[in-house]
Amino acid sequence: MKYRVENPEHLLDINALDFSEISTLPEGGIRLGATSTNADTAYHEQIEKNYPLLSKAILSGASTQLRNMATDGGNLMQRTRCYYFYDTATPCNKREPGSGCSAINGFNRIHAILGTSDTCIATHPSDMCVALAALDATVQVTGENGSRSIPFLEFHRLPGENPERDTNLEPGELITAIDLPEKGFSEHFEYLKVRDRPSYAFASVSVAAALEMDGENIKDIRVALGGVAHKPWRLPEVEKDFFGKKPTRNNFEELAEKLIAGAKGYGDNDFKIDLAKKSIVRALLTALDNKK
Amino acid sequence: MITTNQFMEVATSRVDGRQKVTGTAKYSAEFNPADLVHGYIVNSTIATGNIIKIDADKALQVEGVREVFTHENVPISVKIDADYSDPLAPPGSPFRPLYNEKILYNGQPIALVVADTFEVARYAAGLITVTYKKEESSAIALKENLDKAFTDEDIPEPAAARGDAKKAFENAEIKVEAAYLQAREYHNPMEPFATVAIWDDQEESFFIYDKIQGVGSSQKYISGIFNLEKDKVRVLSEFVGGAFGSGLRPQYQLFFAAMASKTLNLPVKVVMTRKQMFSFGHRPACFQEFKLGADAKGKLTSIQHNAYGETSQFEKYTETIVDWSGLMYACDNVELDYKLVPLDVYTPNDMRAPGGATGMYGLECAMDELAVAAGIDPLELRLINYAEKDQNEGKPFSSKELRACYSRAAEKFGWDQRKAEPRSNKKGNILIGHGVATGVWEAMQQKAAAQAIFTQEGRLTVSSATADIGTGTYTVMTQIAAEVLGLPLQYVDFKLGDSNLPKAPIEGGSWTVPFKWIRRGRQKILKLFTEKPYHLLV
Repeated sequence: MKYRVENPEHLLDINALDFSEISTLPEGGIRLGATSTNADTAYHEQIEKNYPLLSKAILSGASTQLRNMATDGGNLMQRTRCYYFYDTATPCNKREPGSGCSAINGFNRIHAILGTSDTCIATHPSDMCVALAALDATVQVTGENGSRSIPFLEFHRLPGENPERDTNLEPGELITAIDLPEKGFSEHFEYLKVRDRPSYAFASVSVAAALEMDGENIKDIRVALGGVAHKPWRLPEVEKDFFGKKPTRNNFEELAEKLIAGAKGYGDNDFKIDLAKKSIVRALLTALDNKK
Repeated sequence: MITTNQFMEVATSRVDGRQKVTGTAKYSAEFNPADLVHGYIVNSTIATGNIIKIDADKALQVEGVREVFTHENVPISVKIDADYSDPLAPPGSPFRPLYNEKILYNGQPIALVVADTFEVARYAAGLITVTYKKEESSAIALKENLDKAFTDEDIPEPAAARGDAKKAFENAEIKVEAAYLQAREYHNPMEPFATVAIWDDQEESFFIYDKIQGVGSSQKYISGIFNLEKDKVRVLSEFVGGAFGSGLRPQYQLFFAAMASKTLNLPVKVVMTRKQMFSFGHRPACFQEFKLGADAKGKLTSIQHNAYGETSQFEKYTETIVDWSGLMYACDNVELDYKLVPLDVYTPNDMRAPGGATGMYGLECAMDELAVAAGIDPLELRLINYAEKDQNEGKPFSSKELRACYSRAAEKFGWDQRKAEPRSNKKGNILIGHGVATGVWEAMQQKAAAQAIFTQEGRLTVSSATADIGTGTYTVMTQIAAEVLGLPLQYVDFKLGDSNLPKAPIEGGSWTVPFKWIRRGRQKILKLFTEKPYHLLV
């Protein structure tokens, strides 16, 4: 707003709404109130114990000061860090629909390689959301037409023809909470964030990896990617193919190939394709070793 | 009287440390005189062309907006280059803010909104619409405009050629050709540029808080533009939150704050946004070409170094980029060339070892290429070609402890464990590389003046219009003064950053601390000390 990227006519301060509680759900799992802070969430006893992947993802993002102020609901509503989105002197379909995309033929090192469209190649900047996607969270929303639940993978959108829409929230709808299912993958998890600096930087590629083992075999496997698409990138149908298989480097490499299938570089960001594959394999190998 | 190095070679806390950590050290933007109003600058969104229209009607209707200044209503009548000049202005025509409708570079300041609060000024600035007639193309990228390279009498000639570099290269056993393109770098210190200007209508004088590396520069600039005697412009800059060279020249917020203050007869504060910190001088882009020749043992036989530096269309900014290649290594055949390429950008500005950081980067990269080509350890290659004297002028170095530095660093970094093959040295998932590069900088000195007052109570106050850009000038000068008079540190004060103090050069070029000013004053002080023990002028 300071740079007139957004020009709202009215602003509502929702901080006074009482959505800041982190509570246990009756059927198991945890509810994160929409206005609970990223810091309170990451350091919450039950999150640290049962959902260490989420904790690690949150703490790899932003800075201490930002995490103390930022809310969980707000984290979901972040817009892109695309340079052109922020530079009002340049065309940007996300900021000004129909004006064009400056990134496709411009400086696009930080841009998407998956799920892009001719109108937008921006990425979603969140780390927290990558973990939430891997954990199969649910977003609780409420609005004029009542309340509803949105599965996390259906919350954010690919750009398509409407890159100005980041989420499937309807006008007038508000996030009230984020629910985590009981299964937290606290035995085998990794959040790997590859970035230009070890701190204060967005991910070039990030991987939220989680494994549930049944003896020597994979019982459940989750891989979500950040920094590569307009939303956290996860393909549950690809993961299913690896249930019951051995957690070998070869299998992880095969999974990585399938997850990244169809990736397209735009010049400066070509490196992300190879980087994503290698990061997936490393994150899964680390998760496998990462026994509590 | 204490005469040992009791204070100068002993680590001490910063004398201004308490002020800084408690927030009592005030930076330019932190002064809020009564009746203060705030300015917000609007910048161009095209690189070259003309402003057809600036529509400020909506902005002027916002409650709290005092005025919108553009080239159409700015009340400045002085229109000659010299009046816009500052002590570090390169040859050419200094940029004149709000001079006319021409846009010379992207981000050029084109309007100022003045309002009762910063927020209102910023909001109103966003309501201004500008119509441009854009030129079809602008010259922005250095590499694409090398054909416009030139040299003339304003551009210092590189160090003289010696021997026959071309022939020696042809005959060399080992040859390396390399080229390096460096992007622009922006200073962006933590503290943005900020000015609080207070015009006194009765006295027809300015009192200005400005972020600058030398108050004399701001004083000269403002007295030129507003046609005032220097004693009618007092500039204060007691604390500076980093600058890296960006404050060696006055920046445009100074013009805007002073102009608005005088016109509205109100104190005006103008602070740049982080984005605006990219809209003025920067380390210029540079394209360098090298040809290095050596014999099979790695002894350099030929050095050819050409550099293309970037400048603006209105000033010729130059740096010493290629001379280092002649100075650094023993080589009988050297040829250097330096040209400027004018682009549609703001004039570059000195930044941290200007030219040195650029030229030595290129030379040292090329030396590494030569090491690979010759199959010689890169550190060994540098020792083989080690120069005992400045190879351009044959003069001894003011100081050179490079052999000791190389050997200590090699020991500390475990150079003997270096593996030359890329990606061959791994520790887990971490790739480990060992490399060597050399830096060199001149030991320059400038004229400066200082004043010392010694009171009957035994306190010494030394003052000079230098700056402390975070480098510790306050502390170092206090140490030097304490050392000279053999006084405990807590009996010594050092004052700077006020144009009323004795003249000093801008703080830059690493020449501030080597000053002999205070030391030189020692004998004088000591002599007068016994005769007239209170007020001494060095």
